[in-house]
Amino acid sequence: MKVAIASTGNSLESAIDAHFGRCSYFVIVDTETKAVEFIRNPNKEAEEGTGTASVHLMASLSVRKIISGGFGMKIKPLLDSQTIQMIILPDPGKKIKEILELLTH
Amino acid sequence: MSPRVKTFRKVQNPPPVKGFKPYGPDSGKRNSKPVILLFEEYEALRLCDYNRYKHQQASVMMEVSRPTFTRIYASALEKIARAFVEGRQISIEGGKVYYDSEWYRCTGCHCYFNHRGEGKEVSNCPLCSGLDVVPYNQTINAG
Repeated sequence: MKVAIASTGNSLESAIDAHFGRCSYFVIVDTETKAVEFIRNPNKEAEEGTGTASVHLMASLSVRKIISGGFGMKIKPLLDSQTIQMIILPDPGKKIKEILELLTH
Repeated sequence: MSPRVKTFRKVQNPPPVKGFKPYGPDSGKRNSKPVILLFEEYEALRLCDYNRYKHQQASVMMEVSRPTFTRIYASALEKIARAFVEGRQISIEGGKVYYDSEWYRCTGCHCYFNHRGEGKEVSNCPLCSGLDVVPYNQTINAG
C-alpha cells in the first residue's frame, strides 16, 4: 500500500509540512517494499486549486493514505470520494524519518 | 441564465459492484448501450427500499431536501425499469456525491485520521498501529 507524506524538504531529516496542497515535496512510501520516493510538488506556487491538483496527483499515484500537518477546506469530500484516508499529525517538528519508523515498525 | 448548481449528495458507501448485466441467449444482441445509474440514485434506492427508511429520513441522511430526494428516487426507479424492460445493462457510475467518513483520534501518537464506516469498526491507528483510538466529534481546525 502506498502512503504519501507532505514534507517541507527532500530529505529524511525534513519536517512534516502543515499544508497538504502547498507542501514542498510529497514523500511516497510503499509499505510492502519499503521504497521511499520524493516528488516535488508541481502545484506549490499556484494561485489557487493547489489542494485539488494535489489530490489528483495522489490519486494518479494510487496513494491510499495521506499524512499531513493539515488539510484545506475542500480536500475531505475529494479524498472521501477517492477513498483515500487522511491522517492529520499536528506536530510541526516531526521528521519524515520518525514518521517512517511509526509506519513500518 | 445558467441552471442552479446541484448540491453534493452524501453517500455512505460505494455500491459493492459496478453494475449488472442481463443474461440469456438474446442478451446483449439488442440495446447494448447500458443504462447509467448514478451513485446518488443507488444510494436513494438503498436507503428507501433496502433499509426501509422514509423519504424524509433518507433525505436528511443524504443531506438533500425531501423533494430532491423523491426526484432522485423516482429517477432511480425509472432507470431500473427501463433496464429491465429493454434488457439493458445497468452501470452504476457518476453523479454529484461524496462519501461519508468519521474522524478519530489516536491517543498513542496524537494524530487525527478519518475512517470510512463500511460496517467495520476502526480497530487500530493507521499511523502507529496503536489500539488507543477514540472517536473525535468536534470540528477540526484543518489548516
